[in-house]
Amino acid sequence: MKLLVCVSKTPDTTTKIKFTSDNSELDTNGVQYIMNPYDEWYALVRALELKEAQGGSVTILNVGPAENDTVIRKGLAIGADEAVRINADPQSSLNVAKQIAEYAKGEGFDIVFFGKETIDYNGSEVSAMVAELLDMPFISYASHMEMDGNNATIKRDIEGGVETLSVDTPFVISAAKGLAEQRIPNMRGIMMAKRKPLKVVPAATFDDPVATVSYELPPEKGQVKLIDPENMDELVRLLHEEAKVI
Amino acid sequence: MVLVFAETQKGKLKKAAFEAVTYGYRTAQALGSECVALVIGAAEDAGQLGKYGASKVYQVEDPALEKFDSQTYTRAIAGAAKELDAKVLVLSHSTTGKSLLGRLAARLDAGSVPGVNAVPTTDGGFKVRKPVFSGKAIAEMEIKTDVKVLSLMGNAIQPEVVGDNVGVEALSVPVEAGRITVKDVERVEGTVPLPEAELVVSAGRGMKGPENWGIIEELAEVLGATTACSRPVADTGWRPHHEHVGQTGIAIRPNLYIAAGISGAIQHLAGVNNSKTIVVINKDPDAPFFKAADYGVVGDLFEVVPRLTEALKKFKAEN
Repeated sequence: MKLLVCVSKTPDTTTKIKFTSDNSELDTNGVQYIMNPYDEWYALVRALELKEAQGGSVTILNVGPAENDTVIRKGLAIGADEAVRINADPQSSLNVAKQIAEYAKGEGFDIVFFGKETIDYNGSEVSAMVAELLDMPFISYASHMEMDGNNATIKRDIEGGVETLSVDTPFVISAAKGLAEQRIPNMRGIMMAKRKPLKVVPAATFDDPVATVSYELPPEKGQVKLIDPENMDELVRLLHEEAKVI
Repeated sequence: MVLVFAETQKGKLKKAAFEAVTYGYRTAQALGSECVALVIGAAEDAGQLGKYGASKVYQVEDPALEKFDSQTYTRAIAGAAKELDAKVLVLSHSTTGKSLLGRLAARLDAGSVPGVNAVPTTDGGFKVRKPVFSGKAIAEMEIKTDVKVLSLMGNAIQPEVVGDNVGVEALSVPVEAGRITVKDVERVEGTVPLPEAELVVSAGRGMKGPENWGIIEELAEVLGATTACSRPVADTGWRPHHEHVGQTGIAIRPNLYIAAGISGAIQHLAGVNNSKTIVVINKDPDAPFFKAADYGVVGDLFEVVPRLTEALKKFKAEN
């Protein structure tokens, strides 16, 4: 099977978010970047498991500038066979999706994997866009997948429950927790990653239909009001009269 | 025109549908335009959307749309948007809405913003706000295309009655059979799903073991709340994964979030800090969660939680 895993670079989960003085972009000073956890822990690892079970190849794809290569190399160290970086720095999800679809449409991938969302924009948009652009079924929030030939049985998370479905390849899938278990690259993987191909593809030109105008931090919480642990009637009164939530 | 896709479940409108129509109505007012709603499949109460500001409710029914498939739904909704010449499409930011938003944007070649939490401003461009960095910041984004697609964060606005019920009109759009076969849908019955819950009671490692969860369940029951947990608790299997809230779990924004025995790691806060009111119960006065809380109780949760349950029972009996 020919498998494609689309990966993003995001600030580390422990990053303290701050912006440049005009609030137009993230202040990247001191920010550690990682591969988006959903892409790395679940999407990539499930693709590797499928390849190990049935043969085939795993390609990782990133849309971004050369500085993303460190994150891409980590994907190769975890076990992907090859990597492609589309050399673009798009400002909108639709532009990213069009870059990916432009590359993928002639390649005949059986499954295109994404993480369920990136931890910076939390949009879940690009995977659905790519599915539409490639005219493929899209299975979002997949937490379990079994293959039988070219047919997949997938469980996906829905509000307050789980849906089980069946779909034939090719399809686009977005990975939630449970789809696989995180793998830590070992020294051999890291050494081998240096020799694996990382192909840089020139970007196509698309418009950005959406632009980020500015950022702001959420309003600071006021001082916490401490309640006497013996007096829970007081907490209930405050929740009712002051916070008006009960 | 603003077109709202109103989600249903088991033939009835979801709470998110009323929120989305209220949002669509206010957006239409900002644009000097009209708000209409679209339901797919049976919805006995669809006419009620009129009360929240839909001037018309359209209904698309087709056997191919009985089970959810983002591809067939996208074709139907995009078809309706074209048929009605809708300029703004509003979805709910649910698992269904999130599966559709990107597809619709790609199909209509439209700019899209997922998870908006405020009505657009329209002076100097169409601008919306959404939480980013897992709730650690808010971004203002401008959509520059003629057609725009948005999904509304759950519990971001309260549904508001502004009119009366309206009639439901059948709409015919091209529908194709999907390539996904839904075999089974299992739902946890009897509780409000976490993303939709207004009241949430959550607990962490301070509970010491899964056998102690009775006091949390009792508090949730008295309050009518949904239970949640922190990541370590879900990872060790003390509680099911679908209860895990936080950056790598479910992001929630209830009116009330009560956290017992959770220290408040930055990744946990990222998933819950949009809650309107946060109550933290922890025996460690230095727990970082107190900095993000509105009300704090420094004490042993095994004493405080049952005491709070009793106080609530008393309050419920009196009110």
